[in-house]
Amino acid sequence: MRAQFIASEVGAGLRRNLTMTIAVIITVAVSLALFGVSLLVRAQVTTMQDFWYDKVEVSIFLCSRGSDTPSCAGGEVTAAQRDQIESDLESLRPLVQEIYYESKTEAYQRFKEQFANSPIADNVSENALPESFRVKLSDPTKYDVVASAFAGRPGIEQVNDQRQILDKFFRLLNGLQAIALIIAGIMLVVTVLLIVNTMRVAAFSRRRETGIMRLVGASNFYIQLPFLLEAALSATLGAALAIAGVVATKAIVIDQILAPSFQFTAFVDWDAVLAIAPVMLATGILLAVLAAFLTLRKYLRV
Amino acid sequence: MNPTPVPESAGRVILFESVSKTYANQNRPALDDVSLEIEKGEFVFLVGPSGSGKSTFLRLVLREERPNTGAVWVLGKELNRLSNWKIPALRRQIGTVFQDFRLLPNKSVFENVAFALEVIGKPRAQIRRVVPEVLEVVGLEGKESRRPDELSGGEQQRVAIARAFVNRPMLLIADEPTGNLDPGTSVGIMKLLDRINRLGTTVVMSTHDAQIVDQMRRRVIELASGHVARDQTRGVYGYGG
Repeated sequence: MRAQFIASEVGAGLRRNLTMTIAVIITVAVSLALFGVSLLVRAQVTTMQDFWYDKVEVSIFLCSRGSDTPSCAGGEVTAAQRDQIESDLESLRPLVQEIYYESKTEAYQRFKEQFANSPIADNVSENALPESFRVKLSDPTKYDVVASAFAGRPGIEQVNDQRQILDKFFRLLNGLQAIALIIAGIMLVVTVLLIVNTMRVAAFSRRRETGIMRLVGASNFYIQLPFLLEAALSATLGAALAIAGVVATKAIVIDQILAPSFQFTAFVDWDAVLAIAPVMLATGILLAVLAAFLTLRKYLRV
Repeated sequence: MNPTPVPESAGRVILFESVSKTYANQNRPALDDVSLEIEKGEFVFLVGPSGSGKSTFLRLVLREERPNTGAVWVLGKELNRLSNWKIPALRRQIGTVFQDFRLLPNKSVFENVAFALEVIGKPRAQIRRVVPEVLEVVGLEGKESRRPDELSGGEQQRVAIARAFVNRPMLLIADEPTGNLDPGTSVGIMKLLDRINRLGTTVVMSTHDAQIVDQMRRRVIELASGHVARDQTRGVYGYGG
């Protein structure tokens, strides 16, 4: 193996096909950037799910004096009803992980904290807020078990799952991710087609060299290696550009723009970028080398 | 997995056993039931009109084509049973020269010959040693740094012969090597091929040059319409051909 000889062949090949090389680098960069961003969105959804599912709980609001749902026809919840609900919740362990009773006074305190800077807090009296059980589930997806057991029972005004609200938002993000992934997929197909064509042109423009190589008994591997390295090098450059794009997305769009504006939620950290970058690089190189290899098998026969 | 018996003469440099070759979308076979042997150290002229099967014969020896029927043995290997990845090893023992030289225009004389060694992974020290040697054999010493377009046709063919011979192959295939050269230059090339033959390399040369064949008085195999029409040990080009 003559590393220096191979390197000079690769360099000459890239220069000879400069416009095609640039086209390959750009399409690889664009398609991989889209691919990387879609992976970043996916990581973002996971981060937010971890962040929020940990905090969401099922709220069981008990009837207060002003409640007008049918289950509250009996008026304000009685102490017996409340005790019964609590013991029923206890019987649902271990699905029910934590049970926390929030009295009217506590509800009022919390409300005042949440809306500390708002005039709304002044207009709400302690009695207007319902007492509730806050229930944390070991598996947030099994909300139905709790809902079917308690919704509509006398003394219970409403059973509320915070997760359902979040899920709508996550579905939106997942939809965006799917679209980005589809576009990335189409772009990757375009990239593969372009590489196939580039290799065909490269094999044709160097048919004199490859013909002589075959004739003097160079192995297939040796004949194809410069072409494969060229494809891998272009893909690496394109992937580097794409990774730079994802890093910029994280550093500018997420850290500078989104994070300061939406402080109530968590955003992906650099670990996610660190995990995505090698996937992008490997995808780019693998696709390029595979496309090149399959093309060359056809055009550089023994 | 159908072991055909190895013929006694399989050790010959070239052995054709009832070889027929018909190209796709052609009715007439390019070679039709050809059997012949070429022994080590021979110098063989392959003559016959265009389309008689000379090129097919050479392409079969180089395993650029496979026969439809029959067996081609080259340097002790039955080419039909030779797996693809072993072909380069076979070709390293065969030097090839063409009418159109097939040099790389952007490389010097030295680089063109060195290329043949570089692409089979020979170390640089060896290349630096053997390339000047072979350039001396073909009579191109002092012209190492010339480009092909600075050389005459005869000199270009000498570069091609140096490239074919630098590996000291067992067999040299020359496909009309003097076809583009004037008679005076051709004589020089023939002297060179003769010298290579005397160094132990078997030479098979296809040609249309009657004068050369008649002067050399070597074995002549004449092909006509895919058949061996004549095989003489000290032959001439032909009668009225």
